[in-house]
Amino acid sequence: MHVRLAGLAGLLILCCGAYLTLGARGDWSFVLAHRGQKLAALLLVGMSLSWATVIFQTITGNRILTPSIMGFDALYLLLQSLLVWSLGARVYNTLPAQGLMAVNVVMLCAASLVLFMLVLRAGRDDLMRMILTGVVLSVLFRSVTSYFQRVIDPNEYAVVQAVSFARFSGLETDLLIVAVVLSGGAMAAIWRIRHRLDVLPLGPVLSTSLGEPPKRAQWQVLILVSVLVAVSTALVGPVAFFGLLVTSLTYLVVPSPRHAHLLPAAALIAGIVLVGGQTAMERVLNLSTPLSVVVEFIGGLVFLFLLLRSLR
Amino acid sequence: MIEIENVTHRIAGRTILSDVSLELEKGGIVALVGPNGAGKSTLLSLVARLLPLQSGGIQVDGLRIGVAADDVLARTLAILPQELNVASRLTVRDLVGFGRYPYHKGRPTSEDTALVAHALTLFDLDDLAERQLETLSGGQRQRAFVAMAYVQDTEYLLLDEPLNNLDIGTSRALMEQLRNLAETRNRTIVIVLHDINYAAAYADRIVALKAGQVVADGPPDQVVDDGLLRRVFGTDARVSLIDGRPVVLV
Ligand SMILES: Nc1ncnc2c1ncn2[C@@H]1O[C@H](COP(=O)(O)OP(=O)(O)OP(=O)(O)O)[C@@H](O)[C@H]1O
Ligand SMILES: [Mg+2]
Repeated sequence: MHVRLAGLAGLLILCCGAYLTLGARGDWSFVLAHRGQKLAALLLVGMSLSWATVIFQTITGNRILTPSIMGFDALYLLLQSLLVWSLGARVYNTLPAQGLMAVNVVMLCAASLVLFMLVLRAGRDDLMRMILTGVVLSVLFRSVTSYFQRVIDPNEYAVVQAVSFARFSGLETDLLIVAVVLSGGAMAAIWRIRHRLDVLPLGPVLSTSLGEPPKRAQWQVLILVSVLVAVSTALVGPVAFFGLLVTSLTYLVVPSPRHAHLLPAAALIAGIVLVGGQTAMERVLNLSTPLSVVVEFIGGLVFLFLLLRSLR
Repeated sequence: MIEIENVTHRIAGRTILSDVSLELEKGGIVALVGPNGAGKSTLLSLVARLLPLQSGGIQVDGLRIGVAADDVLARTLAILPQELNVASRLTVRDLVGFGRYPYHKGRPTSEDTALVAHALTLFDLDDLAERQLETLSGGQRQRAFVAMAYVQDTEYLLLDEPLNNLDIGTSRALMEQLRNLAETRNRTIVIVLHDINYAAAYADRIVALKAGQVVADGPPDQVVDDGLLRRVFGTDARVSLIDGRPVVLV
């Protein structure tokens, strides 16, 4: 396990080095500062989303569901439409970035907690019912969003569309610092309960017998997941299948039942996918397609594959 | 001591247990018998806090179920449930190792590792230790779960049909080990058995449950007779005494 983790870490360092230096021209200190900030955002978002997905899959007891698939992204778009509709695009655009982020984080946290509770309650141990509840809620959110799309002025709606895709450039340093503090706190909390998380996959009966009733951990985990997903979504926008792609790779590369291995592996793989992918797209292939589109495409395929395999 | 006081349990309007009261003194093996659906698993689940108590009270070693801290209970009471399926991919050694979790909370000491190794040998799992659980046969897996409950090293052990899937040699070896635990270390073992002969041979006390009520209670030679089988199980099997021990002729 440790060899594999070290290998992943080496790969990530290579990716970061390539990202910072490849094709850089002109003033080095400027280039490094500019790219360094973007790199930090990529790493933070990657780590937050991958950890959120790992622990979400641990408490739901399956490896297909992710917070995003459970309707979180649709909820985010709905909230943005509501904001634009109630404030008007001009006000929305002039909102200070920090203010908008704060509003987003608070609303997303609250709404997603309710959402996850609904889905867990509906599903209990039944995977298909959980997925269905998530899908139905997503459709509901989307149709409400499209209602607002009609009542909002088309020009104003362009503002909503602009925030519907993840974007990693042009972040403000202040925002990044706020995000680091919030997500960092949540991730520190996750690391502290990593041994307790190991017990939960044994199922409710055995984990209760070992002194870890799943109910208590479920609440804590849901709150932490909400914070992580809300912060990274408020920072860069929605990335639906990214978490799934990363956790699937993690279970493949580091097949360990222990979160002390899974969590670092997931963070490293998330960094490699985002930073390596961004380097390849921007600097090597010179493509203008945003990375998020490619990640979503591959992640979507992984989701379909896992879903079809579980149905067999 | 396990004290069960006036426990009544209903699911969806049906009464599963009605006003069950039992005192199980410390040390020894108590066999819980009764027809399918009598409420045996439900009663064990309530004692092991796997189901919320609806009415009445249960105390284990003075710890009140529903009130006592979870980790204290985990060091007092272990349960082997009737139905076991673990979704995660674990080796036998990993699984048995989880039995020590209430003590080390994720950071096993060398003592924990030694206890796990000892249990693997005791339950004949050495050759299977590194195998994934899902690749084992039903009986091998059952042994792994028994070993896990064993290393939890609690004063009270609740076993729900532990002989499921076990061959006669393994079954007898397991029952011998339980007798040994009860006699040399004064452990209290409550065990659900369907084979009355095993209950009569190894238990100190037999409690028969039918339709959610205690219908017989006492030492094997006083409880097991033709009448018990007819009243409780509705079958006409003969019981004869061999070496002073009741044996059901099936
Ligand atoms: N979740 C549930 N919902 C509805 N009924 C239940 C539930 N759990 C148990 N029951 C009912 O409670 C009764 C007692 O069940 P229990 O599992 O305790 O029986 P048992 O004595 O262990 O039987 P067996 O020997 O078959 O294991 C049964 O009639 C069963 O159908
Ligand atoms: Mg049962």
